[in-house]
Amino acid sequence: MKQFAELFMNLDRTNKTNAKVELMKDYFLSAPDDDKLWALTLFTGRRPSFKVNRTMVKEWAAAEANIPMWLFQESYHSVGDLGETISLILPRTQTSSSEKSLTEWFHYLSLLPGMTDEEKHDHILGAWTQLSQHETFVFNKLLMGSFRIGVSQTLVVRALAEATATDSSVIAHRVMGQWEPSTTTFEKLILDEGENDNASRPYPFFLAYPIEGDVSSLGNPDDWMVEWKWDGIRSQIIYRNGELFIWTRGEELSTEKFPELHFLASVLPEGTVLDGEIVSYHDGRPMPFNVLQTRIGRKNLSKKVLEEAPVAFLAYDILEVNGADARSMTQFQRRTELEKLYKNIPKQSVFNLSPLVKFTSWDDLHTLHPTSRENIAEGFMIKRKSGTYQVGRKKGDWWKWKIDPLSVDAVLIYAQKGSGRRAELFTDYTFAVWGDDGKLIPFAKAYSGLTDVEIGQVDYFIKRNVIEKFGPVRTVKPELVFEIGFEGINESSRHKSGIAVRFPRILRWRKDKKAAEADTLESLKGILDVYK
Amino acid sequence: MPTPLLQFTGKSIYCAQADVHIDPWIPVERAIITHAHSDHARWGSSHYLSHKHSEAILRLRLGQDISLQTVEYGDKTVINGVTFSLHPAGHIIGSAQVRVEYKGEVWVASGDYKLEDDGFSAPYEPVKCNVFITESTFGLPIYKWQPQQEIFSEIDNWFAQNRSDDKASILMGYSLGKMQRILKGIQLPDGPIYAHGAIYILNEKLREVGHDLPELKLVTKETDKKLFRGSLVLAPPSVDSSTWIRKFNPYSLGYCSGWMALRGAKNRRAVDQGFVLSDHVDWPDLNTAVVESGAEKVYVTHGYTSIFSRWLNENGIEAGEVHTMYGNEDDEQKEEGQGESPV
Repeated sequence: MKQFAELFMNLDRTNKTNAKVELMKDYFLSAPDDDKLWALTLFTGRRPSFKVNRTMVKEWAAAEANIPMWLFQESYHSVGDLGETISLILPRTQTSSSEKSLTEWFHYLSLLPGMTDEEKHDHILGAWTQLSQHETFVFNKLLMGSFRIGVSQTLVVRALAEATATDSSVIAHRVMGQWEPSTTTFEKLILDEGENDNASRPYPFFLAYPIEGDVSSLGNPDDWMVEWKWDGIRSQIIYRNGELFIWTRGEELSTEKFPELHFLASVLPEGTVLDGEIVSYHDGRPMPFNVLQTRIGRKNLSKKVLEEAPVAFLAYDILEVNGADARSMTQFQRRTELEKLYKNIPKQSVFNLSPLVKFTSWDDLHTLHPTSRENIAEGFMIKRKSGTYQVGRKKGDWWKWKIDPLSVDAVLIYAQKGSGRRAELFTDYTFAVWGDDGKLIPFAKAYSGLTDVEIGQVDYFIKRNVIEKFGPVRTVKPELVFEIGFEGINESSRHKSGIAVRFPRILRWRKDKKAAEADTLESLKGILDVYK
Repeated sequence: MPTPLLQFTGKSIYCAQADVHIDPWIPVERAIITHAHSDHARWGSSHYLSHKHSEAILRLRLGQDISLQTVEYGDKTVINGVTFSLHPAGHIIGSAQVRVEYKGEVWVASGDYKLEDDGFSAPYEPVKCNVFITESTFGLPIYKWQPQQEIFSEIDNWFAQNRSDDKASILMGYSLGKMQRILKGIQLPDGPIYAHGAIYILNEKLREVGHDLPELKLVTKETDKKLFRGSLVLAPPSVDSSTWIRKFNPYSLGYCSGWMALRGAKNRRAVDQGFVLSDHVDWPDLNTAVVESGAEKVYVTHGYTSIFSRWLNENGIEAGEVHTMYGNEDDEQKEEGQGESPV
């Protein structure tokens, strides 16, 4: 545990990717194999659940620290992380120093689900008294999760690839899919060559870069093919060994969430992997993302939900043909393979090809780009015909050319402290526009888009201009104006403003504007009328 | 209801009976200054009173020609029947709690304070009173400082590691208070210690008036960059976002502050190493100070005012929160940021 806790704290402290890779590589080279596997489990977001009630754990910690629950909550608001809060408030009475390994701690934790609440209490307190503050923090992370460690899967893969001297795309493939420490070993998972390949395993997605400068800088238009950039869920559909798997980006196996697509199991040839977008789809055309949003995250997909939010898969790439990895084929060849496959299966409205945009010059694209929203698209995807299918976000062969977001100028009216990196600073803002009655009506929360310096300045203003407190929320003197961008807009009965915007974010701080000059709810509704 | 002995005007802590303001933010006739940090010592008042060890810094910051009366801890000054005296607050050099007594009633305005003896400021002494005015900068149970010796060892180890890696060790902290404490606490290197202008000037000033501090070397545009390799460089917290810092490459960046107790704060500063070293009381000491004051009423100023006053009320000590302009460390930083080497 000491070694893992140190790795965690060191990873946490640096924001240099090379340093992070180096730290993980050192760990993968020096830790015991079973610990490595557990570390990998955590790094890839597979932390097992130990069925503990967070509220109870909070109460136990507060009782140990001899403080009331409200004070615990206030502390939590300041720290922004539950595991860290507990590690800080617990009395420093550590008597012994535990030599248990990471794996041994996981075994210790795995006893929890069979215990009564009282036994759980003693078990967890027993751990806390053996661990230092840093170790307690890491232990709490194992216990209650949200194990965000600030390393992307790509970095973990890089570290593993360097530590094992294996190609990173091979490692990326091996760590994906369904596995858990109880069913495999580090050696089987990472070191064995393909023997234990799991039929469900997706390929790592190839991701596009935003286009830099004008599209004409890409050279000869004949070298490129263009598709609409759909506003849906990036997905991979796999048919192997007679079984269908649907993966969504974020590497979630989501087969159950899309019953409409299950018929593909009976029409796709064995050994097929498709890349594309799951979109809301109605009457032969895509719909805005917010329709799809109503069914994401639902456990029970009732008939009603399926009827109200139908989906379709728009395929734009093929990664495996007849069981063979097709990623080294050119984009053009893969498209040809995809079209061939599509022609040979019976037509169903829920499975379509993402059409190619016809153009002969970059000027054509300039003309078509502004019609993106009418086509329920976010812009264009521009792909090099001679390019292969790569791993992760790589520059050169795939570019996205997005439309500018919709925007309004709004007034900052509520603020709340952030968490993690931004704990102790007011960084979560609620913005309002003017209603008919001259009152400010909140319509969006936004977090990102300001520089650290600006965040400091806004925080400074907020701390000196608090009007009221509601728990962690502060009502702020309505004075600061920001341009808020968003991707979509929809009617909403759940919001006071009657509208909901998608992906709101701060585009810039309008220091030149006074609160009275911010936009009105009427102007927002005007945007709604145009784009809904 | 009679006028309270001390009132919170929003711009100062005011004694109407004596017409004296404590740490005023506006120019007044008579001001008592608890300590020389810029959120407590403001310019423009006609007459100032402070501890004698604050004099050099106050004159440096507020002007050489201010009208300033200095006193020793425990000296009594009587104005219109009100007795004022200063008592050690242990926050920084010359920092004081202001004891105010009138007709047997005693109030103490403690300014900023800490209980641990830092080896440079006069150590905190509890002062019995009826009403205690306390800060609450770190007034949450998550803030519990380790003994400073452990932190100094961390700094020593960090510096030794950087020196063997041939990197500069840039150590950031407030120039007034934190830096003197560090110089008193860490193992001083054999070679020169480099300093940013803001720290250098203060250090020179304090040495000039007789304080026992090591000599620092001012970093200037002309300083040979090779000399920074493996050396210790002291800097105010504002430098991490400046271009000043680039000349030290390769370097490791350390920051001494109570805020470094939280990962979030540490990561936001993007420092390589956070050292949890504060010149304010932590949660246990804050509670100790309140109890030792024996006060039946407590006013909580800058920091976690509402939280700490609620905690006290629930624990049988009558408390109220007051809004003040203190605790504005950003101002301190901004001023120091302008201290780019003057040579």
